[in-house]
Amino acid sequence: MGPSNVECMNDRWTTDHVLSLAPDASSQKAAAKLGRPDPWSGTGASAEAVWGACKGSGSRPYQTVVALDGPAYHCSCPSRKFPCKHALGLLLLWSADTLTGAGAPEWAESWLSGRRRRAERASADMPGDAASGGAAPGDDAGSSQAGPRDEAAAAARRQRREARVASGAEELLARLADQLRGGLAEAPSRGYAFWDGVAARMVDAQAPGLASRARDLGALPASGAQWPTRLLEEYAMLHLLATGYQGRDALPAPLAATVRSRVGFTVDNAEVLRTGPLVRDRWLVLGSRDTSDDRLTTRRLWLRGTQSGRDALLLSFGRPGVAPELSLPTGLELDAELAFHPTAPALRAALGPRHAAPAAPSAPHPAGGSVDAALGSYAAALGDDPWLDSWPAVITEATPVPTDHGWQLVDATGAVPLFTPSPWRLLAASTGRPLTVFGECGHRGFHAVTCWTDNGPLTL
Amino acid sequence: MTTTADTRPAGSWTDLVEDALLGTNRRPSPGLLDHAALATVARRAGLRPAPAPELPAPAPFDERAALPAPAVRRLAALLAENSSELLPQWLATARGRGFAAPPELLPALLDAARQRSDLRGDAVAFAGPRGHWLAALNPDWRYALRVPLEESPTEPHPAGADSAAGPTGGADAVWQEGLFAERVTHLTRLRRRDPAAGLALLHSTWSSERAEDRLLFLDALQEGLNLDDEPFLEAALRDRAKNVRATAAELLSTLPGSALAARMADRARQAVRVTEDGGLLVEPPDSCDAAMQRDGIAATSPTGRGDRAFWLGEIVAATPLSCWVELAGSSGDANAADGADAPTRVLGRAVTPAWADELREAWARAAVRQHDAAWARALLAERRGEENARAASGGAPSRLLSVLPATERASWTARFVAEHGLAEAFQLLVTCPAPWPEDLSGAVLGALAQAAGTGSYPWSHSGVLGVAERCLPFAAAARIDALAGEASSAWAEVLTRLADTLRTRAAMLAELAQD
Repeated sequence: MGPSNVECMNDRWTTDHVLSLAPDASSQKAAAKLGRPDPWSGTGASAEAVWGACKGSGSRPYQTVVALDGPAYHCSCPSRKFPCKHALGLLLLWSADTLTGAGAPEWAESWLSGRRRRAERASADMPGDAASGGAAPGDDAGSSQAGPRDEAAAAARRQRREARVASGAEELLARLADQLRGGLAEAPSRGYAFWDGVAARMVDAQAPGLASRARDLGALPASGAQWPTRLLEEYAMLHLLATGYQGRDALPAPLAATVRSRVGFTVDNAEVLRTGPLVRDRWLVLGSRDTSDDRLTTRRLWLRGTQSGRDALLLSFGRPGVAPELSLPTGLELDAELAFHPTAPALRAALGPRHAAPAAPSAPHPAGGSVDAALGSYAAALGDDPWLDSWPAVITEATPVPTDHGWQLVDATGAVPLFTPSPWRLLAASTGRPLTVFGECGHRGFHAVTCWTDNGPLTL
Repeated sequence: MTTTADTRPAGSWTDLVEDALLGTNRRPSPGLLDHAALATVARRAGLRPAPAPELPAPAPFDERAALPAPAVRRLAALLAENSSELLPQWLATARGRGFAAPPELLPALLDAARQRSDLRGDAVAFAGPRGHWLAALNPDWRYALRVPLEESPTEPHPAGADSAAGPTGGADAVWQEGLFAERVTHLTRLRRRDPAAGLALLHSTWSSERAEDRLLFLDALQEGLNLDDEPFLEAALRDRAKNVRATAAELLSTLPGSALAARMADRARQAVRVTEDGGLLVEPPDSCDAAMQRDGIAATSPTGRGDRAFWLGEIVAATPLSCWVELAGSSGDANAADGADAPTRVLGRAVTPAWADELREAWARAAVRQHDAAWARALLAERRGEENARAASGGAPSRLLSVLPATERASWTARFVAEHGLAEAFQLLVTCPAPWPEDLSGAVLGALAQAAGTGSYPWSHSGVLGVAERCLPFAAAARIDALAGEASSAWAEVLTRLADTLRTRAAMLAELAQD
């Protein structure tokens, strides 16, 4: 890595990242058309924002400004899409380094300063003690202090739910035992319906974590060779979870919290941020991946503290066909505070106050380890949470290899099965030479998310 | 990954799976799921890397210049759109300017060229040595190995590279094993570089090729055709297939020094005589004898025309045009044979009226075959004078135009468009060089403005608009915007899109110009 590689990395976002902010595919196309200089005038950029005026069909050009820390958008166009094509087109121009102007014009400055005032007021409204809170700017600062009556009602609600989940867990254990008495050899002939039914019962019992694991059991008999091993493993792990919940009072507190979270008791981000503690760091954005089903688009964003070395996972959700709101540029560093959800090992986090827009990373590639070390981190994490399927890992000298039995990620310590939506792209980017890869390493293998080439990060 | 630990004191994982499959009713197994959970977590926590498979050789280095970042983004977007009309020009330009393809885009590039064979030549050359390396690993991209890297500016692979992927090994493989279209392309390219080598290659497999393939391979000899090809072509006049014989005859007739051309000239001089007052007396042959048939003339007219008219046409089209200048010159006018206007003087002669049209059409075919610009110019000038624009816009003018130098072609078309509008101009416009020079783009824009003003439908001009997208100079965008501002909504939309496309093209090429 010569110094030129560091120089060419800058604070601007990649085109991929800008396009990931678009609400839908047609917005991406429309934005790409506006991502050229001709329709724009009076464009400019600062560390805080980008702005410009875009010629539309009307006589007055639309005035567009984007604050980079949200990002937050403002445009005078009547579009109901958000962000609109003008905001995205402007960001594309910026990402291509074609914005020229210096000082923000008055209309942009007035919106930006209004935004700054609101942010200051919001932080002034929050409790001054960092340990006790601070929500993301723009977020609801959280419900006000609960009164005694509310607390009593909440406690009663909690107790009712605990009881329902406990009876759900009992029912689940009984179903698992039933199935086992008849023998798993029967499983392929039962199809999905049986476990879908059990899953619905678990939803009724307010145990969504048990429900989704139960639903997954229905698909395993059709999962190819060695299915009995996989099915027995998942039977056993679900059995362990339900049993763990029944005996939660005897578990050490962190493990009990993990069991509760696995069963489906979640704490929302606002609550996590309120109870803290908040961890401030320069968080390197390691990667991002969207998955969707018919109800929800889920975005996973992985961060790593450059000072603390801690890994963090942020989740953001969107309706189908709508990009989840939270978006962070892969490969850049974010000076911000995170609060970790109270599970062991700590990974899932909520994003608290940000102190600056994402900035160029301190090193061209993230530090990491070997394939062996990645499996070792996963094993260590299993010690706290035996239900973990994988754990984030950066492997620094890895080569993707197509073999007769699937793709492998190989380094000096050996090989793991490699999964990624576009393994050929990873192989091409590597030119057959070792490179740095980020992904999730677990008992099924390594799911690659991002790789780093001489030209910076590449989302796979 | 292998299991190293099984902490269950008695019984293995296999026993547990057997118990579970069988069912605890049949085989009681106390604590089965507890044991299985323990074994599962132990297995997962004990995973180690598996022995590494053999690593494939890394890709060779691509010595070409790295593609500028905006051009990388452009290529990614064009590949994502897939059906982009801009992709062919982008690839040809990037290849021509000696840029290296960014490795991470190679899979999308190879996929695109797999679906669109028109992209293959440029895509594979642009993909370069790293593209060949990648294609060798994926059966879907095997086609790329058959396209030789001959015109890539990079060095051949270092020693030890797979010979099938190497530039020279690839060439032979293409000819021996390639698909038909790939073989034709290969032969054409080889002819362009080394006509004798191309002829030798074709000769080596000639007797085993199928008749329809022989025909198209023979066609490929047009590239770099020269008198050294004559013996081969003369032999092909005795081919089993009629089409092959006719094509061989046509090729020989475009070689003015060939024996066939001389035989045709003899026949032409018998069919057309100069009268005492300098007129041309035409008397076509009454029959098609064996010698004529051997020279590729069909015994009966395949078209609706009479046999004699057909034979005359075949003879004159295969006769060197210089023959007519000599013939007319020998009639007493001492200067007739000299100078560029000699064809005009020949055309000025009175011709037996019944055969005049046949003779002119045959001269036009000869001018195209022999790439004779002076004759093409003279024939076109004559056509332009004709009243009937429709007649002037048929197949022949565009073919005659193709013989003229590029700028002359454009100005002739510009005048045609100015006089006759766009309705008949498509065939002519596609022969003109891109970007169109000022006179031609001015004429086309004027005609578009007129079409928009008279309320004709824009889609009736979609062919011309498509060519205009590719060929108008970028600077025309501003003028098209102005036209769009005055046009009805349908035309405004079409014209705005045209201007946008020109600007996109301009931006795209500017990105490829950076260093």
